This record gives sequence, C-alpha cells and structure tokens, in this order.
Amino acid sequence: MTEQPLIEFNHVSKIYKNGTVGLKDINLTIPQGEFLVVVGLSGAGKSTLLRTINRMHDITSGDILIEGQSIIHLQGKKLRQLRRSIGMIFQNFNLVKRSSVQRNVLSGRIGYYGTWRSILGLFSKEDKQKAAHALKRVGLAEKLYTRADQLSGGQQQRVAIARAFMQDPKIILADEPIASLDPLTTESVMNDLKKLNEEFNMTVIVNLHSVPLAQKYADRIIGLRAGELVYDQPIANVTDADLAAIYEQPKVVQLADRVVAS
Amino acid sequence: MNVIPKQRFVQKYHLKALGGLLLFILLIWWSARVTEVDFGLFFVNFDQFLALLQKMSHPDWQYLSLVIAPLVETIKMALIGTSIGTLLAIPFSVLAARNIINNDFARGLIRLILNLIRTLPDLMLAALFVAIVGIGSLAGVLTLAVFSFGMIAKLFYEAIETIDDGPLEALQAAGATKMQMIHFAVLPQVFNHFISYFLYTFEINVRASTVLGYLGAGGIGVYLQRSLSQFAYDQTAVIILGILAVVLVIDGISNTLRERLL
Repeated sequence: MTEQPLIEFNHVSKIYKNGTVGLKDINLTIPQGEFLVVVGLSGAGKSTLLRTINRMHDITSGDILIEGQSIIHLQGKKLRQLRRSIGMIFQNFNLVKRSSVQRNVLSGRIGYYGTWRSILGLFSKEDKQKAAHALKRVGLAEKLYTRADQLSGGQQQRVAIARAFMQDPKIILADEPIASLDPLTTESVMNDLKKLNEEFNMTVIVNLHSVPLAQKYADRIIGLRAGELVYDQPIANVTDADLAAIYEQPKVVQLADRVVAS
Repeated sequence: MNVIPKQRFVQKYHLKALGGLLLFILLIWWSARVTEVDFGLFFVNFDQFLALLQKMSHPDWQYLSLVIAPLVETIKMALIGTSIGTLLAIPFSVLAARNIINNDFARGLIRLILNLIRTLPDLMLAALFVAIVGIGSLAGVLTLAVFSFGMIAKLFYEAIETIDDGPLEALQAAGATKMQMIHFAVLPQVFNHFISYFLYTFEINVRASTVLGYLGAGGIGVYLQRSLSQFAYDQTAVIILGILAVVLVIDGISNTLRERLL
C-alpha cells in the first residue's frame, strides 16, 4: 500500500473548446504527504493542472487516479465526496465577503451536511468548535464574528485556509495563494500551509511564481511550460539555473514575436 | 525608444460610438415625425393647464379625513401584492441567472416566461382580475403581485449575475450542492440588493395602485377617479398630496435602509 502514489496522472491532456492546449501528455505521480510546488509562467497550465485534481476542470484524454481510483468519470454525490476530501485555496481568497468569518469557515464543512440541514444552519456543536479551533490555528481566533470584508488580504487568506481545514482534506490545492499578498503575510500563509503538511501529513500542491519561496518550502518542484511537464526534481537536486531555464525560454519566443511584428 | 502602436482608423476616431450617437438622434427625429409631436400646441394651450393648477391650488382639507382610510388600503394592497410577487420571483430569478444555470435552453425558457409576464400591461391584468374575483382590493392585490413578479424577477436575476463568482467556485470545490452554493454564496451577496429592489417596487406599486382604482381594483384610485369625474379638483389635490406624502415616506425609509445595509 505504501508503494501506491496518492495521485497519478497518466497521459493527461486537456484542450479547451477554443483550441488552446491546457495540458499536454502529463505523466506525474505524487506520493502521500508531499509538499509539491508547481512553477511556470502565467498560462503555462498550472491552474488547469490543479483543477483537474478536484475535477473543477475536466480533461480531454488520459486518466487521473487518486488512491488507485480513477476520478475522471465521477458524478453527483461521488464527485462531491471527492471534492470534499480536497481543500482548495485561491489567489483571490474567494470568501463570501458579506458573511461572518465563522460562517465562511463553517461553509468548508457543508459537504458533510445534507442540503436542508446546512441551509437551516444546523451545524453541530463539534463543528462549531472545530471552526473556532481552525481559526485559532491560523492565529485569528478573535475574528470569529467579524465580517470577512473587514479583514486584510493576508487574514482573509488564512480564513480560507481554515475553511479548507474544515473539510478534513487529504489533499490541499493552492492556486497562487500568495500572489496578491505582501511579503510579510506571504510568509505566514506559506507557513500555515506547511503546518498542514507536516502536522496532518496532508499532501499540499501549490502553484507559485516565486522561485525563492518554491525553494524554501517545497519537497519537490515541477515546472510547466505551454502545458507540458518540462521539469521534475526533488528539492535536493534543484538548482537556480534549472528554475531560471523554466522561466526564460518563452521570453526568447516573445522577443522573436516582437521582431516579426515590427 | 518607445513607439506607441498605431490604432486602427475606426478606433482612433471612435467611429462606432459616433455612429451609435447619430443613429440615436435619427431615431428621435423619426419618432417625433411619426408621432407628430407638436410642442407649439403645448404652449398655445398653456392657459388651460394654468387654470387647472389654479383650481387645484386650494385643496379641500376637509376631504382629508375621508381619504386616509383608502390611502391605508392602498398601502396594504401594495405591500401584500409586492410581497407575494417577490416570494414567487426569487426561485425564478435564480433559475434565470447565467452564473447559476449553465443550460442555455432552460434559462432561455424561464426568461421567455418572465418577458411574457412583463409584457402584460397592468391595466389589462386589473381588468382580468376584476372580471375573475370581482370589484375590490383583492383584484388590485393580484394585479400588483403579477406585475411585481415580472419586474422583481428581472431585477433580481440581474443582481445575481453581478456577484463575485469566486465564492461559488470555492464552495463547489468544497463539495457543496447547487442549493448549498446558492444559500451560502449567492444569497449573502445579493440580499441587500433584494431589499432595495423590493422597496423600489413597493413604491412603484403604491403609485400604480392609484391607476388600478379606475378599473375598480380598490384603494385610493377609486376616490381619485371620482373626484376627477366630478371636476372636484380641490379634492383631487388632497388625494395627490396624500399619495405624495406616502411616496416620500417610503422613499425615506428605503434610503435609510439602503444606506445602513450597503
């Protein structure tokens, strides 16, 4: 059992309806408990890759296995159960700004409730305590009843992490979680993610633009370029030159475009 | 050196906008021609207008005590009618919103029904309901309910379409059902708009119900029609001032509420 990877991509391709290639023949295995960082330019397919894991995006061909089970044909309740087991963090936090912090955090739990019970607000005492605990973990215990839009960006992202924590997820997907934060809050958000990885052995997959952060937090770094997996190394083998190469190549192409245009 | 890229001719001189403006002016000119609008006539017969104003400038305040009961009845009619219409409009507005219902056909069908209902003139509705339930305020309430339904459903679904879709995505990724997404991510974002549109429609309905009285649909309109047909313009003045007072109060309440909520 320990040999089986948690997530497995087999020849996964994704072509958008307008013909854009999102992902191109991706083969990738991610073991349980890894902190994986995905780097690459905007539009390289990082977000698409992440969203195929919780089926927010469907793929065109290939197969994705989680714990040995193919997930690409899941529907209805099975699909919701898959999503419930995968927490997601977004660049824009995606909190309901007009709702209280408590309600936002509890909403991470609604996958475990029937529609009516959750709509009537009948959350169990344990879950309310769990929400308070989740907030305490990210250092925002006293903000329980504050409206989400009263918080700073960094605080909002940490509430979003608490919300994901409520799902009891096996996997955390973070799509550029720090792209709209300042350097100081960046640190605390990345530390919160690392804590989930280390204390609960959650598998964390993060899209990042920042090479220094990738090197600081990752167990392993993969690089995407134009939908292709062009780099895959454990952190011990990663060199600055490698990472620079992932980013540099397209710049040459852009320059070439400009020359042709003028 | 920086070279500013060349704009296309059409872009540079805003030809599209200019064309649109020209078309608009032509349309107005054409409308005026077709409807034979003659502003001269308005000024030639201006003394008629002044004579009427003069008669109305001495309100018969004694009449006020008679008018209060039907005014209150009008408010009640408008309140019940608007409430029924709003309750019915909420599910329809959700089904008509592009960011909730992805199925073009289903959404198109709902919108077609809404357009159809909005097309029915309220006077026709009133005549219809008077024929069905007889003369009295029930006919007025039913008319206002249908009228509010059509109007509110449209205002509501447009409000729903302007929300931030991020929270919807976050809840979907957490394994929420459609109903849970609507309850936790849509309603908190549009609730204040809903209140505001409700009050707006309520105000319109108070004014509309004065016209409905002409068809025997109850309320202050019955008295307005009577005073006008008896050329008792001093009484008409009292009625109009009464309606003005009610509209001002509603407007005041709605402004305060909106400021406090938004």
